[in-house]
Amino acid sequence: MVDAADSVLPCICGTGELIAVGSDIRKLSLLLLFLPFSLWILLLIILPHVGMVVLSLREKVAPRVYEFGFGNYIDFFMEPIYWNTLIRTGLMSLLVTFLALLIGFPVAYYIAKLAGNRTKGMLFMLCLIPLWVSDLIRAFGWILLLRESGIISSFLMSSGLIDTPIEFLYTDATVIMGLVYTVMLFMIVPLVSTLDGMDNAMIEAGYNLGGNGFTVLRRIIIPYAMPGIVSGCIVVFMMTAGSYLTPILMGGKNSSWFTEQIYDQFISRYNWESGAAFGFLLLAFTSVVVWLGLKLSGQTLSSTVAKS
Amino acid sequence: MTEHAFDLECIDVSRQFGSVRAVDNVSLSIPRGSFFSILGPSGCGKTTLMRMIAGFENPDHGDIRIKGKSVLKAAPNKRNVKMVFQHLALFPMMNVHDNIAYGLRCAGVPAAEITRKVQDVLERVALPDVAKRDIQQLSGGQKQRIAIARCMVLDPDVLLLDEPLGALDLKLREAMKIELKLLQHQFNTTFVYITHDQSEALVMSDQVAVMNQGRFEQVGTPQMLYQQPETAFVAGFVGDANLWHGKVESMTELGAVLRTPAGTALQARLAGSQRCRVGDEVNIYTRPEFMSVLPSGGETSNNAGTRGTAGADNVLEGRVDSVLFNGANSRLLIRTAEQALVEADVTLTGGSDDIKPGEAVKLQWSMQQTLCFPASAAQAS
Repeated sequence: MVDAADSVLPCICGTGELIAVGSDIRKLSLLLLFLPFSLWILLLIILPHVGMVVLSLREKVAPRVYEFGFGNYIDFFMEPIYWNTLIRTGLMSLLVTFLALLIGFPVAYYIAKLAGNRTKGMLFMLCLIPLWVSDLIRAFGWILLLRESGIISSFLMSSGLIDTPIEFLYTDATVIMGLVYTVMLFMIVPLVSTLDGMDNAMIEAGYNLGGNGFTVLRRIIIPYAMPGIVSGCIVVFMMTAGSYLTPILMGGKNSSWFTEQIYDQFISRYNWESGAAFGFLLLAFTSVVVWLGLKLSGQTLSSTVAKS
Repeated sequence: MTEHAFDLECIDVSRQFGSVRAVDNVSLSIPRGSFFSILGPSGCGKTTLMRMIAGFENPDHGDIRIKGKSVLKAAPNKRNVKMVFQHLALFPMMNVHDNIAYGLRCAGVPAAEITRKVQDVLERVALPDVAKRDIQQLSGGQKQRIAIARCMVLDPDVLLLDEPLGALDLKLREAMKIELKLLQHQFNTTFVYITHDQSEALVMSDQVAVMNQGRFEQVGTPQMLYQQPETAFVAGFVGDANLWHGKVESMTELGAVLRTPAGTALQARLAGSQRCRVGDEVNIYTRPEFMSVLPSGGETSNNAGTRGTAGADNVLEGRVDSVLFNGANSRLLIRTAEQALVEADVTLTGGSDDIKPGEAVKLQWSMQQTLCFPASAAQAS
């Protein structure tokens, strides 16, 4: 946009005065260009979060009487069930992230390096297709498969392997499986794009200089793909920790996902102040985890998420 | 340890991709410590041949031997053949030291020895202070030397180089040519160098194989390839040459007399083992430096502006179309009755007797410097 304005303007304006007008137009076009972006950031991200912080710092002292204080945060730390849930959500999200990486990496490697050009597109498409269906419908699909009277249970019954129907739903394993399935694509995409940019000669050089398959993977492919790995992990971790639908539907009331606590505070208890505090704590917690992850892997945000 | 005369041998190696024979019955033996080049146009199969030697492709048939032992069964990481890739393939996530140490670590060399060997090889490539630098901080020529050092630290039997100078700018390429040759002397390892650039091959090599359409056209020293090309392809590909097409009119003891479509009679010597009969279509080649350029009408005398005083078996009249000035290696483009421009090398001194565009000139050259090949062979190229 700016470049286009640059190339057109010299034709329109020959004299010094007009050039000044030209630079005004350039400023204006730059401003207009950034307007939707800044509105989005301001109205949808900064403003609501400022509101949340303000809200979370209000203590209810009497009906409709509030005063400034950290009471909502203190409540969180005083009540083990709250912070236990947050820790549990964090740990399970880490596990989901790890599993998604474990499954996603070979898939991404196959798509980026081993598949031919035509199969590559098709495989990518296959990864995308589940996204056409909403989260909700996909979760119900899982429920159809896994519930006590579901397909898997009745199949095992009819084949005589089990005597009584088994409830596969409402366990941690189910929640993790469902979450891995939901976030898989967001792991695969950044991995494929980094691995795609890797020169095959680098892998060949790894073998040529005497490395075996494992050394090449550990010393060359994984370090090279690190920005993609970290970027995928950040996205997947954030999505998992913040997800609501899958843990609720597949884990039931016992899933103890932290988003559920937030929902409860806002909707069931109508305690917006505490809900806001919880929301803010979740954001702070995931940010700290991501920051730790970046420190440990020696990456920066600009070398990972901003790149892919 | 048994000493084997040849570091690398290929015996009847073939490789087919679909219906294309990328490498067709190629045999070569490279003596110890020599600089061997494989020269050919892109798509001639030279890269496939190199990848087979490195183990990234398997030949359909034939054998590849390193120091006399067949390596067909050995995986790429088990062959003591190291390769400098076209774009070098240095590992960007490691610094210079780790790049060079990678191979040593794979081989399980103790840490103290790795440090010593890396420093040693860095000194040999004249870059002793770059060990801690990132790859991105190196210049093109330095990257080149690190890529070679990374291979040489492993003490390979054969070092393969796949057009490594292709990405460098002209000045650096010229410098690296000399440097590569010096490095090869210093390490005294067999280098196999792949290129499509004939000047690289001629300058650096002890032996050059000219490859075309999956086959070796000729293997020999650079001098042999240049002076006694055995096939029309070699004559046309190695060095510059003027080409005439014609029909053989008569055969003499020394060679053939042919007539071009424009009616000029030219004499040529038969190259190598080529045969031809009266009536055959042939192509003849002469290098620009063997052409003497005289002012038109002048006697056959030594003109100050021309090189060479060879016999005048062949004479052509023409007009100078343009002068490509390059000091002592200047070149004239001369339009003759054959239409095509004839190239002739001259030395331009800047004096008044220099040849200028538009002048009528007489070209003459010896039949000894004119090589004749059957036209069918040339069409294959």
